[in-house]
Amino acid sequence: MPMGLERDLVTLTLEHLFLVATALAVACAVAVPTGILLTRREALRRWVVALTNVMQTVPSLALFGFLIPLPLLGGIGKHTAIIALVLYALLPILQNTLAGIMGVDRAVRASAIAMGMTGRQLLWMVELPLASRTILTGIRVATVITVGTATIAAAIGGGGLGVFIFRGLASVDTTQILAGAVPAALMALLADKGLSWVERRFLPR
Amino acid sequence: MSAIVSFRQVTYRIGATDILRDLTFDVESGETLVLLGRSGSGKTTLLRLVNGLVNPTAGTILVEGQATITWDAIRLKRRIGYVIQEGGLFPHFTVGENVGLVPHLEGWPQDRIKARVEGLLDQIGLPPNQFAQRYPRELSGGQRQRVGVARALAADPDILLFDEPFGALDPITRVELQRQFLALRKNFGKTAIFVTHDVREALLLGTRIGLLNHGYLEVLTTPPEFLHSQGQEVQAFLSCLSSGVDA
Repeated sequence: MPMGLERDLVTLTLEHLFLVATALAVACAVAVPTGILLTRREALRRWVVALTNVMQTVPSLALFGFLIPLPLLGGIGKHTAIIALVLYALLPILQNTLAGIMGVDRAVRASAIAMGMTGRQLLWMVELPLASRTILTGIRVATVITVGTATIAAAIGGGGLGVFIFRGLASVDTTQILAGAVPAALMALLADKGLSWVERRFLPR
Repeated sequence: MSAIVSFRQVTYRIGATDILRDLTFDVESGETLVLLGRSGSGKTTLLRLVNGLVNPTAGTILVEGQATITWDAIRLKRRIGYVIQEGGLFPHFTVGENVGLVPHLEGWPQDRIKARVEGLLDQIGLPPNQFAQRYPRELSGGQRQRVGVARALAADPDILLFDEPFGALDPITRVELQRQFLALRKNFGKTAIFVTHDVREALLLGTRIGLLNHGYLEVLTTPPEFLHSQGQEVQAFLSCLSSGVDA
């Protein structure tokens, strides 16, 4: 191994984790409440879902590129990378929040209302618990996507494990490429396992 | 006897379609009024008007002397027990949590809820030490329906609404629950409005039967008189009794 690779590995893995965790936290904070809101606003729902769908089809490298010239949001560095990652993570979380809540059995929702639950009680006691598995599945999908996509962040100076990959590609150094790719794959795998454990351990049904 | 629920010239319309037309009648305190009718006759809508799940297009419904639209919508629903087909139990709540729901929403202390839930489960023949911790999916259809009845009774409402509660059960379980319903009525003395399309069930459970046909209340009378009532729709239902085919 070249000198300093191990030290870089730790730094870049942590950087990668930071990118992924921040992007996912923001994506959840935006997508879950938006999803809940959209279950109550049908007209708006179609527009927002269409918009996030379009977002998903933009090639990731292109999206990073588009963001660079934007004032405030754009530029070179971590925050631009995080914004791009958030945009990608939104759709699966949003879609699953919608699907989860709208998939709650009509009879169950009807009886909750007939029992005299307020709108808030219906949401917190019935809809969210029953949708929680579906929502978490969305978060899992988003996590795996984000861990992979975050390697491209290096292209716009965002750091992370992608630095190894781009460096390896430039110098035709397989070791460097693997040093980026293997930890990223492991991270995706671990995150997926971890979240499925949370699902089994804590969520109803 | 005094009226606990009164309909005064009530019409309910969706778009240009009258679901219910100009209904005026009283439900007396303590009686079981069975609303009989075909699918689409408006009987479930009538039930939903009583606890304010929907509001009338015209006319007034009085519950305990007060118009439903002037009641606090949440208060009204918590004061009226509601039982629906298949129970509509919350799948992520245990049996005990399902039964204790309205007391919980009403902020009863835990020990009082627990005592109430155990008392009710005993009364419907599901021993609490065996059943309170189970989930609805671990119960049979008949047991789920009983839990639905216990849940409706939990906060001790004066009025109970039953929306075809036994419709999805096998005939043997249905008869069992009908008997239990009669026993509960004797013990609790609640006012009940009970929707069904089964004329046998109507004759068995009702102190009075109201026949709904396309949104009109055609007949409202006691079971013995219902048997001798005139009119096409009455005859159509009565012919189910002698057809030899189980409804």
